[in-house]
Amino acid sequence: MSDRFELRGVVAPTLMLLVMAGCGGGDGGGASGGGGAGSGSAVENPVDAATAGNIAGSIVFEGDAPSMATIDMSSESVCAAKHASTPMAPEVVVNGNGTLANVFVYVKEGLESLQFPTPGAVLLDQDGCTYLPHVLGVMTGQDITIRNSDGLLHNINASPSEQRGFNSSQPVNMETTRAFGTAEIMVPLRCDVHGWMNAYIGVVAHPYHSVSNGTGAFSLSTLPPGEYVIEAWHERYGTQTQTVTVTTGQTADVTFTFSASMAQNAVVPLGAPVDLHHAVTETS
Amino acid sequence: MAESASSIPRWMALAILFAAASALPVGGLSAQDGDNLGQVTYDRWCAGCHGVDGTGDGDGAGYMLPRPRDFTQALYQIRTTASGDLPTDEDILNVINVGMPGTTMPGWEDLLSDNEREALVHYLKTFSRFFSPDEVPQPLDFGRATRSNADVLAEGERLFREVADCAACHGEEGRGDGESAPTLTDDERDLPIRAADLTESWLFNGGGDVEDIHRRLLTGLDGTPMPSLADVITAGVITDEQLWAIAHYVRSLSPDDPPGITEVVRGVLFEGVPLPASVSDEVWDGIEAAYLPLVGQIIVMPRWFDPRVDGVWVQAAHDGEAVAVRVSWSDPNNSPDPLWADWKSQVIALMQPKESDPQDEGATPDQLMVQFPMQMPEGMERPFFLRGDNRRPVYLWQWQSDRDSALEGEARGMGTEAFQSQGQDLTVDVSHADGQWQIMFTRPLVTEDEGDLDFVTGEAIPMALFAWDGDNGESGTRGSVSSWYYLFLEDPTPATVYVAPALAMMLTAALGFLVVGRAQKREREGGEVVGETANT
Repeated sequence: MSDRFELRGVVAPTLMLLVMAGCGGGDGGGASGGGGAGSGSAVENPVDAATAGNIAGSIVFEGDAPSMATIDMSSESVCAAKHASTPMAPEVVVNGNGTLANVFVYVKEGLESLQFPTPGAVLLDQDGCTYLPHVLGVMTGQDITIRNSDGLLHNINASPSEQRGFNSSQPVNMETTRAFGTAEIMVPLRCDVHGWMNAYIGVVAHPYHSVSNGTGAFSLSTLPPGEYVIEAWHERYGTQTQTVTVTTGQTADVTFTFSASMAQNAVVPLGAPVDLHHAVTETS
Repeated sequence: MAESASSIPRWMALAILFAAASALPVGGLSAQDGDNLGQVTYDRWCAGCHGVDGTGDGDGAGYMLPRPRDFTQALYQIRTTASGDLPTDEDILNVINVGMPGTTMPGWEDLLSDNEREALVHYLKTFSRFFSPDEVPQPLDFGRATRSNADVLAEGERLFREVADCAACHGEEGRGDGESAPTLTDDERDLPIRAADLTESWLFNGGGDVEDIHRRLLTGLDGTPMPSLADVITAGVITDEQLWAIAHYVRSLSPDDPPGITEVVRGVLFEGVPLPASVSDEVWDGIEAAYLPLVGQIIVMPRWFDPRVDGVWVQAAHDGEAVAVRVSWSDPNNSPDPLWADWKSQVIALMQPKESDPQDEGATPDQLMVQFPMQMPEGMERPFFLRGDNRRPVYLWQWQSDRDSALEGEARGMGTEAFQSQGQDLTVDVSHADGQWQIMFTRPLVTEDEGDLDFVTGEAIPMALFAWDGDNGESGTRGSVSSWYYLFLEDPTPATVYVAPALAMMLTAALGFLVVGRAQKREREGGEVVGETANT
């Protein structure tokens, strides 16, 4: 059992390196080579912690943080009472240390030949008429438990482009479970009852994804050694990629830098709530 | 039944359609081309709005809100399948057949052959990569409708308001005036979309029967803010029976039968009884209301293709001295309302007829205008229905939501309206509640003003109505219009008219008693014989 497991841990990264080398590391190399490498049966749990490495880093924000719209929740006193201060639109959240939160970071290329077990359910809460978290990563097929903690009507309207969505009513405290079968960056979610409520779900075919937190940090842990293309996605500032080499026992440090001038890069997925007209006002 | 009421909006839809179709090359296309019948039919009849590539960007699309369906996204509102699931072929065919009554999409059942419509279903599916021959969408099991009664309706109302909170978007009385209504958008393009007015079941997309409503509740309307309530049942929050109760309650918000088109608004005679004292006087409840459909004004530039007011209910009464007319219609808000300011600017920006881009003219009120001929016409000659012309001017009542009074005026064509600054004989009483305007006009039948029409009894007085929703971007020529209808004020009745029927009734009753009495007498005498005969 453990022998076989170990063997896989060695074979897979080796194949990966071969693939990368063969394609000169160009874009899409992983994808086109992946088919060949995976022509044997896909392995179920291909990662060996003993040989794995990590990626960790942060999202730096340059320039002045744009002022966010305040959200008028006066129509929902239950939600308004849950916020200590005036809630702000979560589109751009610049942390106190000059980093950017809510950036979805994931392995875009380099894992195509591997198949991973599906992790357990993750929680997407609706609390204070806000999606918590605002940006969420899941693996394909992974259950998302969508919870209503507000006890008032929310509808969860998912508008993916690569697959079918759904629009489900949650008029009371309750949970609904959904999963997305196809990888997609990103699946937009919104609540039509509360025009300010939206969220994004990154769906990838493996568990290597992360969302930058309140200190701008993200981490992709226990990756097989190899070369990967890492993408960072932000709803207003678009996407960036870097190629990162992971070696056994080491943590590769990666920094993405977003700046206010990148706003025009925004890649808003089809059907995403471009929320400019909703009942919110810009603060200056 | 429903056809009569929806046929008016349909002619507008068809007008737009043909306007769009006329821009397309017409010629050798024959709908008989076998294999590509679907494409030929689509290009001929559908592409004008939905676009040759199915993205919903045809030449006519700019005149429509909601915009035509983008078939590449395969978001079909009216389905028998679960939220997010693709529609069945029959679902698509049904919408092609009957259209989408609240929109510019007409029904094609009478216009295209069975083959053409079936071919269209298959062609539409080719626009989206989601359809696959391997996966046949499965309809849900909707069960059978429960029976409705007062308890069911009360339960439905409770669930509507307190549990499912349908009122959040549709409003307490279901007129599409909920708190979230001003910010609702569709999924395809993120454009403003109205919460359905649940008091007009004859305009419901997907049908107005209780079974149709139950389906919409269970499937949701994909591509719109309307969610599916399937998970609410799965989670045990409500039962399927309770979902039927909601459906019954929603159905009860509309009249049992769709209103037929009436030519005549009957002005009931109040003889020796005071006219209704106010717009909300309960006396109005006993007076029959006529439903008059309105459509967007598309004759005079700039035209208006997104009218909010699609019909008004009109009641009238007179007491021989004065006439009272009450007009009621759904309008979610009292314009101008800051909560609807974004809605308004978006609608104005989106509805851009090529001949003139509508401009945002700042705060615009809601308005109502009632139009009569300046003089009673002789014969059938009535003024031009859009504010008359030089030869036959019209006499107007005008009310707007930012003014307390109503004005009398006259016009000789659109844009020539002139209102009296003094000597007003018209009074008005107004209410706006739960997404409904109610306006009561009162005026003496006869006035000393030469510009006023003197109302006569016992004759059909031509009457037309115009309505504007200011926060839907409507003002001037951009609003809803009706054609000519008639106001008929009942004649004071001569006493003989009352005596004659009373005498007739008494006579009939006396005869009846006589006949029944004799029959009973005969039965008492020969009852056993009759009974035995019946038993053999």
